[in-house]
Amino acid sequence: MAQHEVLCPLPGTFYRRPAPDKPVFVEDGATVAAGTVIGLVEVMKQFSEVQVEVGGTLVRFLVDNEAPVEPGQPLALIETA
Amino acid sequence: MALSIRKVLVANRGEIAVRVIRAARELGLQTVAVFSDADADSLAVRLADQAVGIGPAQAAKSYLNVERLLDAVKASGADAVHPGYGFLSENAAFAEAVAQAGAVFIGPSPQAIRTMGNKAAAREAAMRAGVPCVPGSDGVVSSVDEAVAVAARIGYPIMIKASAGGGGRGIRVAASADELVQQMTVAQTEAQAAFGDGAVYLERFIRRARHVEVQILGDGERVVHCWERECSLQRRRQKIFEEAPSPALDAATREALCTSAVKLAQAVNYRGAGTLEYLYDDDSREFFFIEMNTRIQVEHPITEMITGVDLVREMIRVCGGETLSLAQSDIVIRGAAIECRINAEDPSRNFFPSPGKVTGLQLPAGPGVRIDSMVFDGCTIPPYYDSLLMKLVIHAETRDAALARAARALRELRVDGVKTTAALHAELLADPEVRAGAFHTNWLEGWLAARTAPAAAA
Repeated sequence: MAQHEVLCPLPGTFYRRPAPDKPVFVEDGATVAAGTVIGLVEVMKQFSEVQVEVGGTLVRFLVDNEAPVEPGQPLALIETA
Repeated sequence: MALSIRKVLVANRGEIAVRVIRAARELGLQTVAVFSDADADSLAVRLADQAVGIGPAQAAKSYLNVERLLDAVKASGADAVHPGYGFLSENAAFAEAVAQAGAVFIGPSPQAIRTMGNKAAAREAAMRAGVPCVPGSDGVVSSVDEAVAVAARIGYPIMIKASAGGGGRGIRVAASADELVQQMTVAQTEAQAAFGDGAVYLERFIRRARHVEVQILGDGERVVHCWERECSLQRRRQKIFEEAPSPALDAATREALCTSAVKLAQAVNYRGAGTLEYLYDDDSREFFFIEMNTRIQVEHPITEMITGVDLVREMIRVCGGETLSLAQSDIVIRGAAIECRINAEDPSRNFFPSPGKVTGLQLPAGPGVRIDSMVFDGCTIPPYYDSLLMKLVIHAETRDAALARAARALRELRVDGVKTTAALHAELLADPEVRAGAFHTNWLEGWLAARTAPAAAA
């Protein structure tokens, strides 16, 4: 089993939900495929989706919802099969 | 009456915080900046007499955090709060909380913010004051027969709008009674499916609307206007380029428009600076009130340039207990002014945000050039807030001279390290339709689409 970190593409604020009153995109421990959206980064009031590049199990998020994030910062840990 | 305040806290950031600090200092007042963790070394912090940290970078935890702001008011001993624009500037509860904390809110009364901030209440107030609003149905229209009767009164083409829609969604246009009969049911079904609410109402469809707005100033008793601004060049409902006066109005229409704004502001005993937004129909030459902003606006400097009135100083003075120093006859239009919003965005990548460190800066200067800015060489533009870096404000004796001067100033401007919209403005200034003032609120999006897909446009 290999571990893979999802890196933040942009500086801004990380969100795990599409909207404050909506459920999270994915839960810890969920199975994800390449292209699965796991969160949003808000940069200057514009939102960009964060997608995973490889499929596997999303072991856990490495940043909190609404945390400030930097480019290259690991956002989540994925275990590939 | 003398000014009752001596220390102003600016509950904002960026260029408007700098603008307010400048006006307050010229009045002999002490100034307090507030800053989030991301703005600790901002220009406003550098320029203010005092600066107070108010929490984490995200606006919800700092610039929108009433408790932290009130703590900063107490800690600094400020006796007045200027809210700037955006953030809490049109929040009546914040205005009340500031007053309860014993400080002066530099803006209108909470009551006026509430009335004018609610679209339906503002429309009612406008109609009571005899100010024209976009003709429409009186609320929800439920049957096809009722729709046809309403449309006969308003005229065609007519818009069917979903009550629960907004931001341009849930709108259909009918050009005739036949089309209206056809589309009513479809519109109701669509609204039900899209918004979970099938209610629709009718409104006059304006094919080519301009966004024209009137600047007013009031002291709670008397109101004057400072003429109009035209802000039709918008992308996604964000203004990009504004000018004053509007190139579309003749003298009689201008007078009627501005007088109507004064009537409405007077009806709510307005205090401070405010802006009444109108749609102007190029085809019928009618204007219609749409809403009022109860705060200073981003584009206020173009009004200052053509009238010589310092709007921020005046709003501080009247909210600090003085009466308006200006009579309407004192406020005359001199020349023309343009504002180009220089945003940290990349126009070649669909306006993608471009925060980061400014590694080099050359600002234009010379006659008729004013820059309202948050930028200095070496500063960092944080990703957490809007992308406005600076406003290039140009004044000249005529509109043509202002266009030429703006183009000249843009050639002098250089911002290294982040992408900006400066080159886009240079292109806009060279466009024949912009030069002729021949645009409307959908013009810029069409222009941008044609620019990125020239083959499709041909």
